[in-house]
Amino acid sequence: MKLGRYRFVAILQRLLVGVATLIAASVLVFLGTAVIPGSPATAILGAEANPEAVAKIEQRLGYDKPLVSRYLDWLGNAAQGDFGLSAVSVAQNQDKPVSEIISRPMWNTLCLALAAIALLIPASLILGVISALKANKWQDHLISTFGLLAASLPEFVVGALLVSVFFVGLDLLPPISLVAPGEQPLSNPKILVLPVLTLVLTLVGWSARLVRSGTIEVLKADYVQMARLNGIRERRVVQRYVLRNSLAPSVQIFALCIQYLFGGVIVTEAVFQYPGIGTALVMAVNSHDNSLVQAIATILAAVYISINIAADAIVIQLVPKLRTQV
Amino acid sequence: MKRARSFARTGRGQIGLFLVAVVVGVAVIGPFVMPYDSTAIVGAPGTPPGNGHILGTDYLGHDLLSRLLSGGWSVLWLSVATTALAYAVGVTIGLVAGYSRTLLDPILMRLVDVILAFPPLLFFLIAATSVGTGKATLVIGIAIVLAPGVARIVYTATREVSVCAYVEAAVMRGERTWSILRREVLPNISSYIITNLGLTLTFSILLVASVNFLSLGLQAPASNWALMISENRPILKLNVWAIVAPAGMLAILTIGVNLIGDAITDALGRSDGPGEFNRAKWAG
Repeated sequence: MKLGRYRFVAILQRLLVGVATLIAASVLVFLGTAVIPGSPATAILGAEANPEAVAKIEQRLGYDKPLVSRYLDWLGNAAQGDFGLSAVSVAQNQDKPVSEIISRPMWNTLCLALAAIALLIPASLILGVISALKANKWQDHLISTFGLLAASLPEFVVGALLVSVFFVGLDLLPPISLVAPGEQPLSNPKILVLPVLTLVLTLVGWSARLVRSGTIEVLKADYVQMARLNGIRERRVVQRYVLRNSLAPSVQIFALCIQYLFGGVIVTEAVFQYPGIGTALVMAVNSHDNSLVQAIATILAAVYISINIAADAIVIQLVPKLRTQV
Repeated sequence: MKRARSFARTGRGQIGLFLVAVVVGVAVIGPFVMPYDSTAIVGAPGTPPGNGHILGTDYLGHDLLSRLLSGGWSVLWLSVATTALAYAVGVTIGLVAGYSRTLLDPILMRLVDVILAFPPLLFFLIAATSVGTGKATLVIGIAIVLAPGVARIVYTATREVSVCAYVEAAVMRGERTWSILRREVLPNISSYIITNLGLTLTFSILLVASVNFLSLGLQAPASNWALMISENRPILKLNVWAIVAPAGMLAILTIGVNLIGDAITDALGRSDGPGEFNRAKWAG
């Protein structure tokens, strides 16, 4: 009874910190894109734009109001999923809502990220546990060296090298991952292979390494020694005692990896011209569409924070000790 | 510090030093020995190696070898400049927040936490939206991304040092805050600062290259390995070296720097708190 309440308080506390961080981030995002030299309308239309056109766009986007009320309006609407009109579309007299522009890319990115996670987690668990069981033998050295090499490379270098091998060399996979409008990325799995592989290769080294050190710690634990001394076969010791207990610290490792993945996705999508949120973000930066940048940046921030909270909540469920440390 | 230098005796450290030396050598000497002007059009776009062009030509018909030899310098100086600026800002914030017992401490450090909590490129992209792209945005924007990591480490170290007796003695002597920070605190936290340097530089190379790849930093006709990978994508099938050669150079550089960083961590990480290192790696 009491324990349940502590658990609830611990999770609630992290939720509140998360919401506070998100609000702070939204202020930074808003200030970063709103307080700019000149006006956002001239940034889009160019310095020699017709002042009347500039004034019209500014009025349409609400830039004539004071900054604080603009932020509060924006925050209130954003909380309901309304991110306003795309600044560039207003300049082109099309008035497209941001949420309409980004819903498709968000879905595409989610598909890509989930595919990468589905491969990354088992791969790093298997590689990490193997190198822990074979610590300092050749299997361990092979995995850790390969992991370090792959993790050293920027995503776009891995992507470029993969394209050179699988497209130019072997002609197996497409060099760019285009998704026709109205089509699902999963309906053509071939285009997902190289982007997913790029993301997994840049991350699996780190995550396997962290899983390895977690597993080694468990292997040294008293209860594992005890199980061995009781004459339980090594295979069973690993399955029953080691794996279960090394999973708990791994949750946080995977949370870090997934967070990192959402950062890496920006560059990876650019390599393969995959029509996801990263590509949309880079295009929005290039066209100075600040309402679009605000929306995507805030969504990415929210995803980051949710992953943190979810990981903390899972760890609190798994490790009873943390429930009392409120 | 002696232990830090012992990394050069490990296998990883030596390989790393060798790889970095190769890349720095190419980047520094390259511009003086390149066979053609890197911006002169010398042939048809995307011709494969041969005909006096050892690596063929790039997407506009520039000599690829010349582009490669001249494209490393900007990779290096942009990363070093960014790291230097990040350190200037980060060390100042960390020192001031760690030493002051006023509201400045929580305000600065919460700001640092917020920036550290997000994808590294995010805040750079926001800056680029408002002020446009270019060399200055690149260096300043990425320094803003890197400075919080530095500030956090300097902050923690300063907090520890600033309660030491020698600092309190200096306060008693009536020395000015600025000279206490410079003469008492800074020398005593320098080992933290130096061990973190490699990590920050690694990260800065990665981010600067990524931004150039996204074409949000240097613009054509500048030659830069990261930019070469993105601009030569259309001729991928014609002359694959246009992609593989710059990607290979960047790979050698980042692998080398990482091997050195790893060897330094091994040489002193265990006893100097490996936790700090790992956290910084992820936080960056």
